[in-house]
Amino acid sequence: MAQLTRRTTALQKTLSAAILSTRHLSTSPITVETSVPFTAHNIDPPSRSVETTPQELLTFYRDMALMRRMEIAADSLYKSKLIRGFCHLYDGQEAVAVGMEAAITKKDCIITAYRDHCIFLGRGGTLLEAFAELMGRKDGCSKGKGGSMHFYKKEGGFYGGHGIVGAQIPLGCGLAFAQKYSKDENVTFAMYGDGAANQGQLFEALNMAALWDLPAILVCENNHYGMGTAEWRAAKSPAYYKRGDYVPGLKVDGMDAFAVKQACKFAKEHALKNGPIILEMDTYRYHGHSMSDPGSTYRTRDEISGVRQERDPIERIRKLILSHDLATEKELKDTEKEVRKEVDEAIAKAKESPLPDPSELFTNVYVKGYGVELNKSLLELDLTNLSRFSVEQSLVLFSNIKLTLLVIDCISQSFGADRKELRAVLP
Amino acid sequence: MWGIIRQRAACKGNHALNLEQGIRAIALRAFSSSAKQMTVRDALNSALDEEMSADPKVFIMGEEVGEYQGAYKISKGLLDKYGPDRVVDTPITEAGFAGIGVGAAYYGLRPVIEFMTFNFSMQAIDHIINSAAKSNYMSAGQISVPIVFRGPNGAAAGVGAQHSQCYAAWYGAIPGLKVLAPYSSEDARGLLKAAIRDPDPVVFLENELLYGESFPISDEVLDSSFSLPIGKAKIEREGKDVTITAFSKMVGYALQAADILAKEGINAEVINLRTIRPLDRSTINSSVRKTNRLVTVEEGFPQHGVGAEICATVVEDSFEYLDAPVERIAGADVPMPYAANLERMAVPQVEDIVRAAKRACYRSR
Repeated sequence: MAQLTRRTTALQKTLSAAILSTRHLSTSPITVETSVPFTAHNIDPPSRSVETTPQELLTFYRDMALMRRMEIAADSLYKSKLIRGFCHLYDGQEAVAVGMEAAITKKDCIITAYRDHCIFLGRGGTLLEAFAELMGRKDGCSKGKGGSMHFYKKEGGFYGGHGIVGAQIPLGCGLAFAQKYSKDENVTFAMYGDGAANQGQLFEALNMAALWDLPAILVCENNHYGMGTAEWRAAKSPAYYKRGDYVPGLKVDGMDAFAVKQACKFAKEHALKNGPIILEMDTYRYHGHSMSDPGSTYRTRDEISGVRQERDPIERIRKLILSHDLATEKELKDTEKEVRKEVDEAIAKAKESPLPDPSELFTNVYVKGYGVELNKSLLELDLTNLSRFSVEQSLVLFSNIKLTLLVIDCISQSFGADRKELRAVLP
Repeated sequence: MWGIIRQRAACKGNHALNLEQGIRAIALRAFSSSAKQMTVRDALNSALDEEMSADPKVFIMGEEVGEYQGAYKISKGLLDKYGPDRVVDTPITEAGFAGIGVGAAYYGLRPVIEFMTFNFSMQAIDHIINSAAKSNYMSAGQISVPIVFRGPNGAAAGVGAQHSQCYAAWYGAIPGLKVLAPYSSEDARGLLKAAIRDPDPVVFLENELLYGESFPISDEVLDSSFSLPIGKAKIEREGKDVTITAFSKMVGYALQAADILAKEGINAEVINLRTIRPLDRSTINSSVRKTNRLVTVEEGFPQHGVGAEICATVVEDSFEYLDAPVERIAGADVPMPYAANLERMAVPQVEDIVRAAKRACYRSR
């Protein structure tokens, strides 16, 4: 349903609602055909005809436009050095995130690798949390301590955000194990790329998922390149939906949000009754592997622009909306402007968010126990003697220490590394 | 009676246990004083049983934990009692089932993942460290991982280089993990219960050769609510001349060494570390400040070992109190050989500890 649009403020009446109220079309069902029929392995594929509503179409459009805008904004932020380290962008693949969300609930779990910004948004994450986390600020979803690859939203059923290629697949099967153990009647979508599809631990986890009938759905987002290596150079068999052998699989056009929605709905029903299933989403990323990869040394610009012209997911939805007369060109353009404004506002707010407090260096290492205390001799500082202490002597700040305000400028960044300055506290 | 002895001999696992030892075990049990005796194996089994009974979220997963009753019989009887949903036999796929365990912990269950030995944990070490230890920090507290990884660690008898490594130092280096190393049955019960109840990922390093050993055990320890605090070492033997730190099997060796040293007028204090991470630096330092001399004992490789960390912490905090250089007894810096004489030389023996303590007291030769 309308997860992202629901979050817009009351003041900001969405154009989709405005459009629909004038056209009184919001609930009448529409049937769309997926771009291509599904290819199936060891299972009967679902139908190509997908039921939808005008509301859903407009929501898909808006949500994907928001995701696209967010990723492009992240690109600029990275180039202006506000985002550091790794930044893996998802533009081009939005249909997978949006179509999946439309088929499931927040009680179902999603786990993915490092290309996680848009999935985070789909699971209920806000733009502010995303941008603040990318810039390492304390209003980020992981309070600035995770970074681009470690977004989480547990209450939305999003378990990250993982940097080690392939590790998320056994973790996802573990989530499914726990769902079955707790008799929850929900499923887990463990997402991975064509590069990760060759990982051994995938097959280890898949074997156990099949043995124990876990409600696990393995979703291969096949964007045809594992970093700089094309799929034909990395995999003897690029039919990733068949790799499960005894586990059924479905190949889906990942640029078609309705095909994704249909496949995920089908997979959820299957997994709850029969155990694991593999979905291969045929998709494409416009950016390189990450911001340090131009993305054009191993593929041609013609290929990239070709996909953009023929298969762009947002274009597809736009054409559907226009052909079903659900909105005018101008209204869709206005939606895009609105989305752009929303993103710009979130970035401005995120830029104002401060860096995490230095004391956060040592929090959350454990759930239970073991913080640090100040070096005792520094704790007993006499304020009048403050001038005696050089700036090399650094302090860990606690909220209940009044010295905080005075010495905040004297903090040298080396105190985490200087063992003489710290004492670990035992419970 | 012979039937009981043979049964006892059989259930002590893979070692060829002769009848004589079986008789001795019975004799000890039958004729010992009022203090009860319990093997480490039974201590671990009872701890698992009680924690599984107390919390339905606790489950065991690993190779041979169910129908085989446990490779070392630690999970004996648990499949019958709790069923295959809670005592899960896995294929031989450590990376896979360790990852599945961590994923289940993300969701809120409390897995106890058994590695047949910690040597095989290297197949799954990415999940232990990157998926389990670091998650609470990377997610700023959103994703906690209440998991226990347990199994035998360190050298056994004649199992060769690939099956004898000690992982205390490797796992002890990782912020986000808690690493425990029990010695006695009391340690085994108390620390395993604490580990299962703990909301953080715990690496629980047992010792295969200790499984069959019996220790006296009090009624307090047998109580189902008993547990030991994580991060507190135990002073097994008070002394004033030299501090000897050890963990797991080496605690027994250190105590034997202390007896020998006592006959020569050296009164050794033996510290059973119990927890490798977080290391009980205050107990170690207080002891060194009292005795002024330190010998660290461990089975693992010497470079970057637990002893190296203890030495560094004592030098950082109690340098002025040291009267002699810190002595370090560790396993030999070689892969574990198979031949019995070489193996004996590769692992610390009681005489090594005695010699080192005497050196620390400037009493050698």
